[in-house]
Amino acid sequence: MTKTRASGRTVGGLRTLSLQAPAVTLLLLWMIIPLGMTIWFSFQYYNLLMPGMSGFAGVENYEYLLTDPALWKAMGNTLLLVGWVLAITVVGGTLLAVLFQQDFAGRGIARVLAISPFFVMPTVSALVWKNMMMHPSNGVLAWLANSLGLPAVDWFSALPLTSIVIIVAWQWLPFALLILLTAMQSLDEDQVEAARMDGAGPIAIFFFITLPHLKRAISVVIMIEMIFLLTIFAEIFVTTSGGPGLATTNLAYLIYMRALLDFDVGVASAGGVIAIILANIVAIFLVRMVAKNLED
Amino acid sequence: MATLQLNNITKHFGDTAVIKGIDLEVNDREFVVFVGPSGCGKSTLMRIIAGLESATDGDIVIDGQRMNDVGPADRGLAMVFQSYALYPHMTVEGNMGFSMRLAGVPKEERRAKVLETAKILQLEPLLDRKPKALSGGQRQRVAIGRAIVRNPSIFLFDEPLSNLDAALRVQMRIELARLHEKLNATMIYVTHDQIEAMTMADKIVVLHDGVVEQVGSPMALYHHPANRFVAGFIGSPKMNFFDVELISTSPEGVQVRLPGGGECTVPVNAQALENASSENTPIESQPALELGIRPEHLVLDEAGALSGQIEVLERLGGQTSLYVRMGDLLVTLMTDGDVAYRVHETIRFGFAPERAHLFAADGRALPSLAQHPLAGLTRHDNRTSGDAEALA
Repeated sequence: MTKTRASGRTVGGLRTLSLQAPAVTLLLLWMIIPLGMTIWFSFQYYNLLMPGMSGFAGVENYEYLLTDPALWKAMGNTLLLVGWVLAITVVGGTLLAVLFQQDFAGRGIARVLAISPFFVMPTVSALVWKNMMMHPSNGVLAWLANSLGLPAVDWFSALPLTSIVIIVAWQWLPFALLILLTAMQSLDEDQVEAARMDGAGPIAIFFFITLPHLKRAISVVIMIEMIFLLTIFAEIFVTTSGGPGLATTNLAYLIYMRALLDFDVGVASAGGVIAIILANIVAIFLVRMVAKNLED
Repeated sequence: MATLQLNNITKHFGDTAVIKGIDLEVNDREFVVFVGPSGCGKSTLMRIIAGLESATDGDIVIDGQRMNDVGPADRGLAMVFQSYALYPHMTVEGNMGFSMRLAGVPKEERRAKVLETAKILQLEPLLDRKPKALSGGQRQRVAIGRAIVRNPSIFLFDEPLSNLDAALRVQMRIELARLHEKLNATMIYVTHDQIEAMTMADKIVVLHDGVVEQVGSPMALYHHPANRFVAGFIGSPKMNFFDVELISTSPEGVQVRLPGGGECTVPVNAQALENASSENTPIESQPALELGIRPEHLVLDEAGALSGQIEVLERLGGQTSLYVRMGDLLVTLMTDGDVAYRVHETIRFGFAPERAHLFAADGRALPSLAQHPLAGLTRHDNRTSGDAEALA
């Protein structure tokens, strides 16, 4: 079972395995124990408000959750949130990357300013948006609408999910910009000039040269953002608390509600398992897509 | 028909002048090579012709039309880049057909044209591959194919062979020469490699520091360099230069004293020299002259006027390079491959006076009295070598 690489180093075998074992074991336990406990709890009656009720519940937790319309609403919200934020950040990030690649006075400062929202922590940016931008009486947007003679919009009650999408997209746009801008800088200037000689205008150059060049970076942006966007929590907690009704409840927030508002650990664990399954379904498509792009 | 005129082109990047007033005429179906050391402005000049860079001043005239304000795609030119600049996400066919696709040519027509071009360049089996899956030479041919497809009036080549290995370079050189003949197109070629310049050009333009040093056929540049820079740049190994003292001038040439005391009369026109100095200047205070002799024109000769000690010996088999120490000078000598000398031996050598060049203090060459028989030869004459009247 001992293999030798071209470099002459041996791979596998008892000696090397024993050296790897502590690290691998630690990582395995780190993953296996929480996962195992979640799965275990998801099959138990485990409600902190009803200490007397315990024991094996079978699939009852799942049954309760899957027949609860809140779950499907939360799943839909999760996908909507991820989908819209991805669309806005990728399209906007690509266009901004093209813009910030142009030479203009003060470009360095403009780049730093454009990237800075990424460094504001989620709770703070959500609060800033809630109290200073979208507030129906104090907010900048309300003032803008009023000065145009329009009625102010009460964002979080009228357009709750849209508001969350705006806040999260504002936070993640700089990330997409950062990755795409660095990718843009590796575009071979000769290719652009060859395209110009071939008769391509700025728009043709964007679609035929720039965009294909950015394909790989875009798939990296999508993959990384997806991982974080599936678990958005702070922005919802700080602004709408999942409401009005269930309008802004995503899967992560639903699990929080079941575990720490209803104190039903069993159902919350079942929700966690469902979230894992959903994440894996998304991940399979995603990893395939990204892997294919990275191969090219 | 495709001709190109450059009228007093200048280019400044900020305060630095890169091109300092270039006039040039390129005739129809000519193969013109811009050659010069790096930083001489040759690539910038080509980019100005292509329209990728604008000239600070001066006119670019193609086929009688002023092109300064015409975009790069509409000048009827095609360019082959040093890095090939193939579009990595398109197949070979996509790359070659890209300009037609942008122009809205129907797919069938596009394919036919690409196939026709691929046939010329033997690219047919590679049409579905992406550039990544091609070797350097194949990428080079695709880049050339992309230019041919556009059917340009003038081809521009920006150091196209410098990324290839030596053997492939020789092969592509021949292929390019053949292509020039087949397409009957005007071609402008930038290189720093003088072998490429000598072998392919109808006309070489030697650039240095943003000015044209000399324009002429390869043989004219080799046998009659206009100044010291061209003399040193054209020819490999480099020409040897000696400081010599002027003894006298006569209609037969200029008599000079060589280092080591020998004397020699070089058959050049001294008129230029006399004009330069005022009439009653005594001959001893005349400005210094430099004598230039190519390594291949120095011959081993027991009675030769020059001597020195061999410092390095490079045997190439067919020929041997001797590096001979003469005081402060290291003189290069190309001789037969079978010479039996060893390092540190002292040798005597000489040269035929008509092979020598004399340069005035300002670097200008004194014109030879006799024109070299091959100086008027063009590459066209080499191609039709069976044609006797070319040499007559």
